[in-house]
Amino acid sequence: MITIDNLSRTYGSTVAVDHVSFVAEAGRVTGFLGPNGAGKSTTMRMIVGLTQPTTGTATIAGRRFADLPNPGVEVGVMLDASAQHAGRTGREILGIAQQTMGVPARRVDEMLELVSLTSAEADRRVGNYSLGMRQRLGVGTALIGNPRVLVLDEPANGLDPAGIRWMRDLLRDFADGGGTVLLSSHLLREVEIIADDIVMIGQGRIVCQGSKASLLRGEGSVARAADARALLRALHASGHDATVTSDGALTTAAEPSVVGRVAVEHQLALTELRAAESGLEDMFLELTANTQRDTRRERTVA
Amino acid sequence: MTTLTRTPPAQALDRDAPIPLARVVRVELRKMFNTRSGFWLLASLVIVGVLATVGTILVAPDDQLTHNTFAAAIGFPMTIVLPIIAILSITGEWSQRTGLTTFTLVPHRGRVLVAKTIASVVVGIAAMLVALVVGVVGNVVGTTISGTDLVWDLSAAQFGTIVVGSLLCLLTGTMLGMLIRNSPGALVTYFVMTLVLPTLFGILAANQADFADVRPWVDAELARSFLFEGPPTGEQWGQVATTALLWLVLPALVGLRFVVRSEVK
Repeated sequence: MITIDNLSRTYGSTVAVDHVSFVAEAGRVTGFLGPNGAGKSTTMRMIVGLTQPTTGTATIAGRRFADLPNPGVEVGVMLDASAQHAGRTGREILGIAQQTMGVPARRVDEMLELVSLTSAEADRRVGNYSLGMRQRLGVGTALIGNPRVLVLDEPANGLDPAGIRWMRDLLRDFADGGGTVLLSSHLLREVEIIADDIVMIGQGRIVCQGSKASLLRGEGSVARAADARALLRALHASGHDATVTSDGALTTAAEPSVVGRVAVEHQLALTELRAAESGLEDMFLELTANTQRDTRRERTVA
Repeated sequence: MTTLTRTPPAQALDRDAPIPLARVVRVELRKMFNTRSGFWLLASLVIVGVLATVGTILVAPDDQLTHNTFAAAIGFPMTIVLPIIAILSITGEWSQRTGLTTFTLVPHRGRVLVAKTIASVVVGIAAMLVALVVGVVGNVVGTTISGTDLVWDLSAAQFGTIVVGSLLCLLTGTMLGMLIRNSPGALVTYFVMTLVLPTLFGILAANQADFADVRPWVDAELARSFLFEGPPTGEQWGQVATTALLWLVLPALVGLRFVVRSEVK
């Protein structure tokens, strides 16, 4: 479990992170979302003690990161997969982590297998690696100490679709085994699929947080019927506002149970009926609207 | 995949056992030489030692083919290469951004720097011992070729002061690494300190009689040269200590403060 309490960081008069508090629970994947420069990476650096907070604390299972006797076996960290010595081989990078943590040397080969780097690739220097290979190596380095907590900054960056699927399965598996995963991303689709909880920040402040299920639950329903026009008339007759979208689906503010009852009363066959979901992307853009670079520019132009 | 992530290591690992300093030192030693640049720096120590020995045999007059000549010929290039190794071992954490990993695996930066300093000193002493052995071989081979008598004129005490002098050079590199935290910047500063600054001091001393008396107390390069040129007097030891305090210890403390407080990005 990662507990972040009232964490802030200022640089001169610039506030990078502004009194952020949230908890990443064990057994769950917490997605940390926000536009570029929102303070995600600064927050993650403060968790692992690379940046000193101006106010507040971050603890892992109740302890400050710097108080962990051997942090690598408690917390797997990958903040930037490219932050590696270009002249060192992948195998040596894993070896250094393994030796520092004092875990058995065979963990190096186990991790290479886990992240699907071949022996030949492992003996190449990291300067020749693609971004996806560096991400795999970074994940291997984070997992080599068999930690219970993972802190990953943009882990899906640079991975191909198969790699993204692999990463998703790996993190799901880790959380299902009782581990805590905190991952940042601006790949909304990825977060929408993998995260159990979502923390969204903009301009250093939390704009919303909660379980994905509760955040994405929208109002109203979406329905399709064999005769969409008839369903529309029936809903109007029952006093519900409804519209037919260009693809023939019908959206209404009425709950699915109401739509179902109306359809039965009018003996209309439904082909689809579900609660409307607000997409993460819409929510992201809406909630961070006044912090987005692009809208900021529009406003200054206007 | 599933089994690999979940299976704990066979021998139970004590998660609360702190990382011993000796382990951090071993890791730092490994990091010095497992990069391409690190490997060639180490190789250059050996290559330069052999080249210097061969050069001495070919060039030096027969009556000067003594152990001392060989030791000096090998020792000088080492005073250039050793500080570079010390500088890169520290600045690489910033220039190559490996500090992101290093300082999260060992979240006490002072400890990492102590380990790096110890590792550099270990390399320095090992290199000096290699130089001593190469010098012995060179002396035996050289005098055999020239047919002159073997002269063993390097005393243990003299070797000791040469080691101290070389370590001061090396630690200057450590200090600059901490203070500047950028490979090119620290390397340039090192050569300014060891090549440009002594020249300026020399010009100043030649024109200002007052300064000539003070110079050994402020010119670290001059004071260090006493260690390489035979047994230093008590006053010279004092000058070595004073310049080391001024040009090594004080800036190192400032650098340590920078390292501990700075943000690692």
